[in-house]
Amino acid sequence: MPSGLIPFPFHLFSFHHPSLSRNPSHTDLRGEQREIMLSVLALTSVVLLGIASQTTAIVVYTSWERHALVGTDVRLSCSFFSWQWTSPDVTFSWHYRPDGAKEAISIFHYAGGIPYVDTKGPFRDRMEFVGNPSRRDGSILLKNVDFADNGTFTCDAKNPPDIAGSPSHVRLFVFEKVPVQAGVITGAIIGVVLGLLILIVAIYYLMRFLVARRVFSLSMSKHGRKGKGKEGSQQKQKPKVPLVFISF
Amino acid sequence: MLLLLMGIVVLHVAGLVLLLVSTIVSAWVINTNSRSDLWTNCTTVSGVYRCDPADTGVWIQAVQAMMILSIIFSFISLFLFFCQLFTLKKGGRFLLTGAFQILASLFVMCGGIIYTVMNSGWVPAKESYGFSFILAWIAFPLAFISGVVYVILRKRE
Repeated sequence: MPSGLIPFPFHLFSFHHPSLSRNPSHTDLRGEQREIMLSVLALTSVVLLGIASQTTAIVVYTSWERHALVGTDVRLSCSFFSWQWTSPDVTFSWHYRPDGAKEAISIFHYAGGIPYVDTKGPFRDRMEFVGNPSRRDGSILLKNVDFADNGTFTCDAKNPPDIAGSPSHVRLFVFEKVPVQAGVITGAIIGVVLGLLILIVAIYYLMRFLVARRVFSLSMSKHGRKGKGKEGSQQKQKPKVPLVFISF
Repeated sequence: MLLLLMGIVVLHVAGLVLLLVSTIVSAWVINTNSRSDLWTNCTTVSGVYRCDPADTGVWIQAVQAMMILSIIFSFISLFLFFCQLFTLKKGGRFLLTGAFQILASLFVMCGGIIYTVMNSGWVPAKESYGFSFILAWIAFPLAFISGVVYVILRKRE
């Protein structure tokens, strides 16, 4: 239970409430009701927050997929969310399951402030710890990836006493050339065409405005102030049903 | 003359509906147990119907963009037609409406051409074209004729 009492808005119910000394008008009562509702809402949310902090587990975040070119370096990021403060005993561990294999092997472990990098497995001499555990970041860097590194990487983080939670997976795809992501080119073409359309419309209106202003200033200098009232008022046509006809 | 107006609007709306159906319904290429279109490839394998997102190749995305642009331009042209109907002076031509409609038809044409030429990359050779593909190719002359009609149309009081 959250420690400390929530200060209940006793002042609303005291006998020295300012609104009781004069005639309680309609708006005063409604304002009072609103205050009561707001305080009840605040109380409920604090209670729920207190309960929630005891029941939600640690949540681990990684990317969904990573795509990389052969021979490049890939940074697999891993972070977590926990209601508790980051403890000094926080642990990160990474497992790797190659595509088609059934078992995952452990490739990285961080515990007690020391990162333990794989020295015997497929990533020996190719992995580096680039995370910052005090900032809840447990990312690793894989150098010079190859096609054999295709697979699923699992990150598991524990933040004592918050240890219940499920690990998160990130799939690594290694390509010879990176394919275009879905929708990028579609969006680009549509954006360019619509942008050109808006640009043309804007330029057209700008030209019309400039030409009209030049004509106006020329006619002003010619005729003085005589013809000022007659310009600019167009006749509005009556909106009866318009008819169209075809002629070549 | 009101009949002419209704006929022109019906023609335009028909073209627009064909464009919409062709873009949305998944039937550009049909096989006995699979159909695919611009967005997904759906197959029925041993009673299970599942859909995967389509290839993310450059050309299929270009076709997607062309179809969407043609729908957008056709909508804009319909909107402009009603605007110009009430604001044009007597004897004026619906040039802007016609221009947008012709642009829409050109986009459908580009999309259809790209799909027909490049589909050897993502469609197996023995499958037949579906009705959405045919609708797209019908929508092109419909939209083109509609655009030309707008260009030669004049407003009468």
